[in-house]
Amino acid sequence: MLDRHDMITRRKHIDIPEFYVGSVMAVTINDPNATGRSSRFVGICIQRMNRGLKSNFTLRNVLDYQGMEIMYEMYCPVISSIETLRLEKRLDPHLLYLRDARPEYSTFPMDMEPELIAEDAPVPINDVKVKMIDGDWDKSWERQELKGIDLSGLTELQKRMALKRKTPDYVQYDLMKEYRSTLPEEDQEDIYREIAPHYPALVASQRKFRRRKLAGDA
Amino acid sequence: PKMLRFSRQLFGPVFTPKMCLAKADFHCTASDLRLQKLSRLRIVDNSAIGRAAMMEGTPPKIIHVYSKKKFGYTGDKVLVTIKGEMKKAIIVGCHENQPALQPRFDTNNAVLVDEAGSPLGTRILVPIPTHLRKKLKDMSRTKGADYTKLLSIATTFV
Repeated sequence: MLDRHDMITRRKHIDIPEFYVGSVMAVTINDPNATGRSSRFVGICIQRMNRGLKSNFTLRNVLDYQGMEIMYEMYCPVISSIETLRLEKRLDPHLLYLRDARPEYSTFPMDMEPELIAEDAPVPINDVKVKMIDGDWDKSWERQELKGIDLSGLTELQKRMALKRKTPDYVQYDLMKEYRSTLPEEDQEDIYREIAPHYPALVASQRKFRRRKLAGDA
Repeated sequence: PKMLRFSRQLFGPVFTPKMCLAKADFHCTASDLRLQKLSRLRIVDNSAIGRAAMMEGTPPKIIHVYSKKKFGYTGDKVLVTIKGEMKKAIIVGCHENQPALQPRFDTNNAVLVDEAGSPLGTRILVPIPTHLRKKLKDMSRTKGADYTKLLSIATTFV
């Protein structure tokens, strides 16, 4: 598959680390309009979209009391480095509600140092319940089943509407839904077989990037 | 207390101005996030008229977009009414979803300029996108005015 070939080639040039929605990351891009031709942005990953060569993620941060988000395409050649500063997961598949949360949950210093964890340690899950702002929200977050929001300040009407929109219990027995959202094992094996010849080269270049990075830090 | 639904796109979540309590409490339909005629902007420079308008709760409204498109995007010049006067402004940040690598802001930000493109304020208080540099340079070349002057009063680029 051409897409997969391009992704592997790109990963030999740049280290795309492990990250999840909720991880704090730093991305440096080659920007002809920026001083020094490169610009760095630090933010929390609020969303990961698409698959394959089009995969992208959005980072959110609050600078000078101004909230902002930048969407990056993972395999874009303009990106010169992607670092995970804090590797962690959250309770929800996306963190779009951070736009309506208090700003401290989206604020990260631009000169944040990477927080190292052991290689074999499990990915920590941050089960913080984010406090929301007073006033109107962009979306009715209380009606979506999001576990990371502190919903203690809801009105009675909002609570009733949230219960009304709750997904029914029988959805867990929907086999076709599960089939559509996952890849069957046979197809997975085909993909692994296709990328297996490239694995040694990929692991070698990853190790090279990590070693170079540690040498740079030392 | 409930605020006007759109007021967050002007003031952002941090700013809870008391004047919003006096406004009507009504629900609007899903907001079209693009900037067009009668859209309200947040002035992010320290010009006197800009600060006064934002403090009073009467933000500038776009009455014309100086581009061939119906909508205003980052870097476009617009004509706004602010405190009863008509002024030109440059959009420096949009709430709409942006293409990859371009920042999307929580508020629709603008900087007031005069006919020659010189900003009315002496400092821009929020980060502005780096791609403005190219956009404003191209705009200056065709129009004969120098719109890149506002880049020199910017504090941070994103």
